[in-house]
Amino acid sequence: MNLNLIKEFIAIVGKELVFVSEADRQAYSYDAAVLTPQIPALVVMPENQEQLGKTVRLAYENGLPITVRGAGSNLSGAVIPSSADSVVILTNRLNRIIEINKEDLYAVVEPGVVTSVFAETVSSHGLFYPPDPGSQTVSTLGGNVALNAGGLRGLKYGVTKDYLMGMEFFDCNGELVKTGSHTVKCVTGYNLGGMMLGSEGTLGIFSQLILKLVPPPKASKAMMAVYDDIAKASETVAAIIAAHIIPCTLEILDKKCIKYVEIHTKAGLPVEAAAILLIEVDGSHVQAVEEDANEVMTLCTKCGATDIRPAKDADEKNKLWEARRNALPALARARPTTVLEDATVPRSKVPNMVAEINRIALKHNLEIGTFGHAGDGNLHPTILCDRRNKEEFRRVEDAIDEIFDAALNLKGTLSGEHGIGIAKAKWMEKETNRATINFSKKLRLALDPKYLFNAGKKIL
Amino acid sequence: MKIKTKKNASVTKLAKKLLAIDDQLTGCMHCGLCQAVCPVYGVTLKETDVSRGKIVLLENLAYEILKDIDGLSERLDRCLLCGSCQTNCPSGVNTIEIFLHARRLITEYKGLNRIKKIVFRFILPHPKLMSFFVAVSGQVQRIFRRKANENMGTFEFPILRPFVGKRHFQPLETKSFSAKYGKINTSTGKSGIKVAFFPGCVPDKLFVRVSQAAMKIFDKHGVGVFMPDNLVCCGIPNLVSGDYVSFKRLVKKNLDLFKETEFDYLVSPCATCVSSIKENWFRFKNDFTADEQMLIEKIHYRIMDITEFLVDVLNVDFKVSESKINMRRVTYHDSCHLKKTLGVFTQPRKILKNLSGLEFAEMPEADRCCGSGGSFTLTQHKLANKIGQRKRNNIVSVNPDIVATACPACMLQLMDMLSQNGDNVEVKHVVELYAENMAD
Repeated sequence: MNLNLIKEFIAIVGKELVFVSEADRQAYSYDAAVLTPQIPALVVMPENQEQLGKTVRLAYENGLPITVRGAGSNLSGAVIPSSADSVVILTNRLNRIIEINKEDLYAVVEPGVVTSVFAETVSSHGLFYPPDPGSQTVSTLGGNVALNAGGLRGLKYGVTKDYLMGMEFFDCNGELVKTGSHTVKCVTGYNLGGMMLGSEGTLGIFSQLILKLVPPPKASKAMMAVYDDIAKASETVAAIIAAHIIPCTLEILDKKCIKYVEIHTKAGLPVEAAAILLIEVDGSHVQAVEEDANEVMTLCTKCGATDIRPAKDADEKNKLWEARRNALPALARARPTTVLEDATVPRSKVPNMVAEINRIALKHNLEIGTFGHAGDGNLHPTILCDRRNKEEFRRVEDAIDEIFDAALNLKGTLSGEHGIGIAKAKWMEKETNRATINFSKKLRLALDPKYLFNAGKKIL
Repeated sequence: MKIKTKKNASVTKLAKKLLAIDDQLTGCMHCGLCQAVCPVYGVTLKETDVSRGKIVLLENLAYEILKDIDGLSERLDRCLLCGSCQTNCPSGVNTIEIFLHARRLITEYKGLNRIKKIVFRFILPHPKLMSFFVAVSGQVQRIFRRKANENMGTFEFPILRPFVGKRHFQPLETKSFSAKYGKINTSTGKSGIKVAFFPGCVPDKLFVRVSQAAMKIFDKHGVGVFMPDNLVCCGIPNLVSGDYVSFKRLVKKNLDLFKETEFDYLVSPCATCVSSIKENWFRFKNDFTADEQMLIEKIHYRIMDITEFLVDVLNVDFKVSESKINMRRVTYHDSCHLKKTLGVFTQPRKILKNLSGLEFAEMPEADRCCGSGGSFTLTQHKLANKIGQRKRNNIVSVNPDIVATACPACMLQLMDMLSQNGDNVEVKHVVELYAENMAD
């Protein structure tokens, strides 16, 4: 890159926070997706909003492709730089929690705040921020908004989109745009926040977010239900929802997943089972939660659970969830490469989808363990492989394509929570249609006429 | 031009050697969860400072995408080898093994810097010489030292600034523990247990009181002690700098001293020495002779941290506390080597919670690295200070009179950080507190 231009970036953020060396740039060439890396030309780490705005403007004026990066923990390639002349803008130092308002139940944050750090801070103020993506200990709130991150609590508490009240972002000229407000109701102007949500860095660059907070539940009760047939587990999910009980978490582990978790933890999981459900109900009244839990157990039995293990105390509850927490670690240790997908189907179609996944695994001679959020139909088929084995990895790619096909055939969607990024961009038209792609392209070009914001992602 | 080709050829050779651990590198699924626990990343928020970034750079070198070996080496050195990432890694990547291996290859490629060469190859193998330095510096310190923190009784040594920066220390010892005691071989008493004692360099030369506390405890509990004369460093500074040659030499010297006497356990008050001897000697055992291998294995299964020995082997009783008056408030810092490598964290707490006259308070993030990391604190002083500041803030947040830990390297760092901040918190090893308050 042109030396004078580098000097201009240095003038904005200082020498220490502009990375030009080979080693530094290579460390921003990837994210958590199993995709081809791309080394950027330059990496800039602004420390405040003013620096962020100036950085965006300078990069855009000079025609540099821009990729904004937080923790780089996403699974869709959303922050892999677009090309060799890209500049990566890091949000990690924009990590201030500006306000936590206990009367009006909102918080104002910068985009680089780490999700779990935020959730813990909110909790220390006696409030609750529910979205809990799997990478929450490192993921940033800006990244969560850019990918509309979900998590285990989606069924009852919703996902990131349900907590975004407003935001400020920089447009391609480095001008600050404001949308939404600190109020529950706000109909001022277009709902630009809704547009920016899940935009994966293609429309503008967040500088500040206003997030909704809620009161925490006062009681909870967790249990494990064991099934010899995955269809019965799915019937249970439908029965629970039909009984108007919305568990805060309702997770499923399939047979292969149970096997790997048991090998890894030796926690005494039922390895002969076809599936297990992990269910937790919560609420503001101990008695009501107790009643809900009892009813859920009755429904589990009715639908054919072979065993139900309720957690008697916090310690037992923790042990129960250990199985779910260990699902990914257990699968990840089995083979060198772990490809984690998130095809999502209507919740009644979970057994069909699992059957499809197993059929595809057999066809391509691959090991696929599946776990996920049974309550909202968001499954995580996890393919175990070795990316260095080209022949095997080709089979993996074929299998992924077929998994998407299967999900769409079941009226599902390509991605429940991981995002489109590079990985699934070519599939967008198949789920939607040509008009949708054209509309999105027009929107994108209107806001980013030079096509520099995260080019090659989301909409092709 | 010729030189360049030659250099490229040796980079290729280095890359090939790295490919030998390609399986371990590929095990990293790039999830980035190491960011949550890495003390260095916690300060800088730079990807090259966290294991995921370092592993990708190593992979890139292995596949010759990365050419700048110096740049890589600089970044690899910005790691405490605390093992926090390894403990937290969902894929179970053995980061410590990867980084030790990489540092060794890079040191073989680049050569060792001159100061390290002198220290590792000429000073560390000669304990008598080191004890002589202790005696001399202990005698003349009054001329050179400057009071740093009156409350804590710490000093600064401007003359040593080029080596240790503006660190604050307790007054230097005038005689090392080994010089005071010489060879030790006491007979087994009522416990029926004989231990080999490995004080470690810091408790031998800087915190002699820690070694003395250990001796007092062994005596009290009727534990026979064997400590050979001329013990040398466990080799960890050499290994983390990639100087495998001198590491091996030190291990051989130590093994030679332990082969003559039988012992039930090998005990040390230094968590770093224990983890190094237990894990690193064992890791490289195949490079030693058959006899040495047998001894390394024996030691691997018998070596123990001293707090673990007190609680799990001696099963010590505690004096019942008569009054709550004049209780001193103590908090505990988990040494990374002790908790993350050796899995010892309940034992020191059990001691502190049960000792009479002490009131225990858990600090936030008790197991977050203090930033010492042995030689890291010398080579990466600024970073170590920033990491240490978070630890210091966590310590003072529970308002203790004493901060206890079971690692002398951590003690140096905690003392420096607290002293620099003008605090008044005593830094003690758990065994010192135990020795002061043992049941009769």
